[in-house]
Parts: sequence; structure tokens; C-alpha cells
Amino acid sequence: MSLISTLARLEAISTGRAQPVATVRHRHLSERPLVLVPLTTAGEAGAPLGALVGTDRDAPRLLVVPQPRDRDLRFAFLAELADIVLPYVDSYADVVEAAERSETDPETGKRVKVEVDLCADAPQLIVPSRSGIDFVRLLGRSMRFRRTAEQEPEAPHPAPPRVPLLGRWLTHFGERARVPGSSLLLALTDLLTRHWATGQSGVEDQHLGALLAWIDPPGDESGDTAARRAELARDADGQLLCPPAGPATDPAFDNKLLAPAIERYDRARAALAAAEDGLQADDRLGDLTAAERGIRGLVESRTRPTWDAVWRGLDLLRELPEGAHAADRWTRDRWSFTGHRDRIIAGEPPQPRRDDAVTAANKLATREREQARLDAQEALDDPLVMAGRRLAGEAFAGEVTDVVMAYSEGKRPSPRPLVTVHTEDRPHLGERTKVYRSLGGKPQAAEFVGYDGPEGGDLLVLRIVDKMGRGKEPEQGSVPEKGDLVCFTLFEHDQRAGAKLPDPDDTPWTHGGPPGDPEAVPLPEQPDPVTEEDVL
Amino acid sequence: MPPPRTRGTALRQRLAELRGPEVPAKALDARALAALAANPGCRRRALLDGAGVDKTALAGALGSPSAFGQSQFAFMRGNAFEARVKADGGAELLRLVHERLDPSAEPPSGAAVPDLAAIGPEGRAARTALALREAAESGGWALLDHPMLALDVAGSPAFLEPDAVVVHPDGRWTVVEIKSFPMLDGSADPAKVGAAARQSAVYVLALEEVAARLEPVPEVHHRVLLVCPKDFSNLPTAAAVDVRKQRAVTRRQLTRLTRIEEIADSLPEGTCFAPDLPREQLAEAVQSLPATYAPECLAACELAFHCRSHAREEGEVTSLGRSARAELGGLTTVEDVLAAAHGRAGDPEDPAVAALRRAADLRAEALATAAARREGAACP
Repeated sequence: MSLISTLARLEAISTGRAQPVATVRHRHLSERPLVLVPLTTAGEAGAPLGALVGTDRDAPRLLVVPQPRDRDLRFAFLAELADIVLPYVDSYADVVEAAERSETDPETGKRVKVEVDLCADAPQLIVPSRSGIDFVRLLGRSMRFRRTAEQEPEAPHPAPPRVPLLGRWLTHFGERARVPGSSLLLALTDLLTRHWATGQSGVEDQHLGALLAWIDPPGDESGDTAARRAELARDADGQLLCPPAGPATDPAFDNKLLAPAIERYDRARAALAAAEDGLQADDRLGDLTAAERGIRGLVESRTRPTWDAVWRGLDLLRELPEGAHAADRWTRDRWSFTGHRDRIIAGEPPQPRRDDAVTAANKLATREREQARLDAQEALDDPLVMAGRRLAGEAFAGEVTDVVMAYSEGKRPSPRPLVTVHTEDRPHLGERTKVYRSLGGKPQAAEFVGYDGPEGGDLLVLRIVDKMGRGKEPEQGSVPEKGDLVCFTLFEHDQRAGAKLPDPDDTPWTHGGPPGDPEAVPLPEQPDPVTEEDVL
Repeated sequence: MPPPRTRGTALRQRLAELRGPEVPAKALDARALAALAANPGCRRRALLDGAGVDKTALAGALGSPSAFGQSQFAFMRGNAFEARVKADGGAELLRLVHERLDPSAEPPSGAAVPDLAAIGPEGRAARTALALREAAESGGWALLDHPMLALDVAGSPAFLEPDAVVVHPDGRWTVVEIKSFPMLDGSADPAKVGAAARQSAVYVLALEEVAARLEPVPEVHHRVLLVCPKDFSNLPTAAAVDVRKQRAVTRRQLTRLTRIEEIADSLPEGTCFAPDLPREQLAEAVQSLPATYAPECLAACELAFHCRSHAREEGEVTSLGRSARAELGGLTTVEDVLAAAHGRAGDPEDPAVAALRRAADLRAEALATAAARREGAACP
């Protein structure tokens, strides 16, 4: 937490309302996001209890697993989820535009431009909180190795046809969410805390209800009071008034309401199975339906408040103008989406359980690069973020007080004007430190020459070194003039690709060494073994 | 060295008075002991835990009930999994211990599973100590299912019940912790593994006390076996977890715990924490114990909500997190920080104050810039 955002939190305490820590929206929001509010069963891995899902805030689809330990009911839930998520994903897969990508030509080894398809837009999944992202990842992992009846006619308990595909997509969304600045899968709490500072700690900000209470408290109430109520207030039965955003449920809900309802369902199901004639079966089917409806009502009552909260949060975020570079990062998300679409069309196997060394190293390098890119772009888009960098000595802003024309030495002298900037900031500058400013969206570089006046004073002399055209005289507008307000950063604006990784055949021993026989077809990942005890 | 008997008795007497007449001491379980490491500087927690005060009841009586609870689904699943792991005389469990911790030993077959039933925790602890001695002498594999260990905490014994302890053929002892969170593709939730490691470290310490009374002293393995369900099934899988660090931290905390005598002495005469006392009186009693609240307490301590509302009322900046306080130097309240930041108070020569003012100016400037920009966009 930088001092500026700590200050924002303290101001939130004293004013009773969350304070902005961003002045523009730093993430792209889709026109038509798919919101997913899942609930899970306590103590079970990957046993969903239910979910609200959909793109229409007024008409979410409610999916429920009345007995979460029953594998068939779980599969039915996942198949229903696939029927909602996959058509949504597919609706973005078919609309493409032409784009260029540089690839390495396998014959010449040179980088060449190739014309490829790029999806014109991409799907966007929104979950309430960070644990929702983990749950998406878990669901993806639990489904992508399943085999359908078509793939393995002999195996018992085949998965419904589209479930493995849903698993691969959810895995892709989950993996993409690890890339800084990406927006294919977003947690609303992360989005909100990126743009507002509340008067509570980061731990407490994970509670969506409390977070929204600080940002948009009802009436004249203070954020603190509203947040405490959202967090703790219970009704006469001991149930939380604002249910947790999940996927974990409140133990009091599990013990007092859900457990009896599931028990009733189990009894009704056993009774139906034991029915002796049609008439009796009809009666008992009625009981079973009623019991199932009871559980559906419970699940809806715990997910609907969160569903509404997610949309309210999205409304709040949409009030902020989108940051200039958010679209650039969304384009990368579109590339990521297109790439996965192509891998599925090409019939590639699902993502492995563990990445091999080369893939893992590439992923890490990507995340580091994207983090640096995100940090730079957010600062350029948002004066409030830049203020934090200026406070940290990583940027400075001020007024140009003097410009002296100078030229480089050499056969063809080029312009190297000396610009004096007056600033209150205290950047960490050494001799010839490179600094950058944004000139028409492109970075222009300068070198720090020295202080005009005492060491560490407020007059900095810079030598502009590029983006002035080819001529002897710099192009119009490419050199700041006296009186201009300028902002230079010590960090680069664009991230160069890092050092190239070695070829897979040269993988160092620290990373497991080169892969074995390149011709050998790797064994396909086996599905998780099914044990009878899965159903307790 | 145990403290002289009279002093120990006096302390025990004093702690009983603090608990209130007729209120039994709440046993310190491993979770509570391990949580000490989370906030060692908190005198409130140290004394209340040391005195065996039921903090859940106390928090309820103070009007800020704790929110800890376990879902019966998780509880049932945990029990079913543990029963499965220990089925068949612990054959699967012993196989995992052999495979993960002691592959060079003879494979375990027909391990001894001594009966540890006895009356009362003292009886069970004595029975456990005896079983451990016998197992060490017999020189084969042995599995102790839910043994009872006693650990001296600030002069009074705390009774601890690990899931299992395994005696290896070479006489070493291993703590086994069975958890029901999954190990997915070989890795589990780091936060949960960390909590399990802290808990196991307390068991290791307690076992070392038992071992110290034997001749020759058996070695207690500093790697414990964490058993979890594999992937999405409930088949067990296991991993060895090194708990040396957690053991060192907990040991240090336990020696520091002896300070509770000092803390008790600093309390006004007649202080009592019995939950049936009037709320104001209790609040005053709790207030006389200094607390160091931080948001991490919310996950570990039953009194956290009470301490939090108090910290908020006082405007303590730690309620935002420990890192916030570290940044703000000597300024500890919200009012002080804001006054310093906006130039109403504070010495501008103080680097913390200077940085705050600079931050406040930059923030105001940036917000003004953004507002102007938005205005400009609205009416071009």
C-alpha cells in the first residue's frame, strides 16, 4: 500500500465514505458480461451446491444440486452450466477480424508477418470475489479430464457431452486471470478495491457487501456502520442478513437451514424409490419435487443478494471513464481468447495437470512483463496513480523553464536540446538516467544531465534524445517549450520482450533438462479415477 | 526447570479468581496455542488464554459474539475421511508414513495399535506415555490413535490430542495430522497447510516433553505427515511437512507465556472475567488488559470483533493493517495522521510528516487534474 492510498483509507474513515484511488476505470468492462455467483458445499472439493448465472441482470438462471454428494446430480448441474456458458463463449468465437501476428518461419528462422483471425470481442466472466476465481479454476480442473460416453463407451459414469469442454474453457479463464491487467475473468471485489479505498483493512474488503457499503452507503448512513451491518447483522433465526458472496456458505446457514432441507430431500428420494405402485409413486414424486423446490429457494435466497450486489458494483464502475490503455490490454485478452479457441478447434488435448518447464517459464515471463506493462499504463492513464509514482521518486512533473538547442557530435549532427524542468518532486536520478514522457501516445526518451543549481535541487536539466524526426531541426511540437507542463517517468512505457528463452531442446538441467524423444507422443492425461466413496 | 511449587499454586489460584468462581478452565487446544504465534504481542489474548477463560462466551457477553462455526457438512466429511484413513488398524496410514518418511525401514505390517482408553485427560495422557514407552521398547511399528499429550503452559497443563502418532521401528516418533482439504495435483491451499503446520508443531513440542522423560531419549521427527484427500476423491494422499520453523516460534511463545504472571499482577484487585457479570463491568475488565489489534486477529481470535470496534473508536491506524502503521512512523491515530497531512499539526521537519504532506498535496493535485479533465471532456 502506498502512502497515498493509506491516506485515502484514512480519509475514508474520517468522511465515512470510500475515497477514490483511481480517476479512470483501469479494466475493460464488456457490454454483456456473464455473471456467475457460485456456492459450494463445505468440506467437499469441487462439489457445487448451486449458482446464479447469466447475462441479464433481471433474469439470472438458478442452478441447484439438491444433494451435492450425488455424482449424477452434480453432472446434471455441470451440463446445465455448460449449456449457458458455452453458447455465450461461442457467440464471441465466430465474429472475427483480420489481424497480423509475427511468427517465426520454420524454414528460414526469420520473423515474418502472418495474417490471422482475431476475435472482434471476447467473453467476460465476472465473479463476486477472489475465492470465486479459485472456484472457477477448481471447477475447470474437475471437468477437463472427464471422459464422455462418446470418448469411452465402456467406462462407468460418463460425463455429459459438453462438460469436458466447459472444463477447458473455465481452466483457460482461470489461468488468464493470473495475468496482471487481464479482464477475461474478473472478481468484483478486486475491481472495486482497485478504484476505491475504504476505511477498513484489505482483509475486510474481501467481503463484497461490506465493500459496497463503504463505496455506496444507503442513505446518509456512514460507510462504517453500513459495512458492519453487512458483515455481522443476523435475523431472529441467526442467519446473516447479507449472505457471504461465496462460494463458501455461512455455517449457520448450513446447519440450520440447508442440512434439514437436504435431509428432507434424501428421505423423499428414498421413499420414491421404495414406492410400490404408480399412485404411491405419484404422491411421493410430489414430495420430492417439493423438497427440491425448498432447496432451490434456499440457494436462491443466498445467491440473489450477491447477484444484485455484483450488478450494482458494475454500475458504479461504469460511471468511471475507461482508461486509455485498457483497450490495449483487452486486445491482448482477445488474442488469448482467440488462441484458446484455435487450440480447441485444432483438437489439442486439455491443459495438462502440471505445466512442463518451458510452458511454466513462458507463463511466468508473461506475467512479469504484463505486470510491468500494467504498472506503466495505469500511471500514464491516471494522474492519481502517477501521483503515487511521483511520491515514490519514479516520476516527476513540472514546468519547463528553459530550452537550449544543442546538437550531437558526429558526421550528421542531430538535435539534442537541453530542457530545464522545475519540479517539486524528488526523483531518484543518477547521471545519464533515462527518463520518458508520452508524446502523442509514444514514449520520448531523455537523459538526465544534472541539476541547474544545487545538487538535489528543483531544477533538472534533461537532454531530449529521440522522436524529433530525421532533419537537423526538430519537428514541430517534438520538443517542449518554455512554460509547458511536462511529466517524465523513470520507468519505460512499453515493455520490451524479455530475454529470449532457450529452445526447448536446450532446457537447462535446473528445469528438468531437454524433453526426451521429440517424436514420442506424450501420454494423454488420464481422467481422475472414480471411486465408489466419492458418494458418501 | 519447573517453578517452585508455591509460586505455581499461587498463580493457579490467581488465574482461577480471574476466571470467576465455579467457572472451569477452558483447555487450551493446539489451535489456540498455535494462534498465539499469530499475534504474540497481545497481552489480552495471552492472559485470557493462559487463564483458561472461555473467550467465545466472553465475546458473547460483551455483545460482540465471535463468528467462528463449523458447517456440519465439513464436520461429517472430516470425520468420514479420518475414519477411512485409520481403517484396518491404520494400514493405509502406516503405508503412507513408510512411503513418505521412512522408506528404508521394513514395511509396516501388523503394527501395534495400543488401546489408549482411560478416565480423564490426565489418565489418558499417562496411558499414552506408557504406550509410547512400550512401543519404543518393542522395536516395531506402532500407531497411537488419538493419543493425549500434556504440555506445560504457564504453570498449568494443557491437554492436546493429535490425530495420530506413529512410532517407527528405529524408535523415532512422527506426528500425523489428518485434514479434509484436498491435495490437488500434489499441492494444497498454502494458508491451510500453514495452519496445519503450526498446529502440528505444538504436538511435536508436547511429544518432545514426553520423550525427554524416557531413557534413551527418542527422537521426535521434525517432519510431520499431513494426510489429505487426493484430488476430488476421498482416497488419502500425504506429504511430509517440515515444522522446524513453526516449532521454534511456538516454543519461544510458550516461554514468553510465563509472563502471564506479570500481566495478572498488573490487573486491579478484584478483576474477573466470568461471563455472567454485567457487560459494563466485563468491558472494563477487558479494557484493563492492553490488546494489540490487527486485522489478522479476525481469523484467529474470538474477541477480535470487540477489539476491532474499540480500535475503531480510538481511531487506531492499525485497524487498517500493520503495514499502514509501519508507514506512518510515530503517528498512531487517524486524527493525528490527517491533521499532520493537512498541515494542521506536526513538525514539518519530521520525515514521516513531510512525506504525508507531500502525499496529501500530490493526491489533491491529481484529483483536481482529473476533475478538470472530466469537466473539459463534458463541455468541449
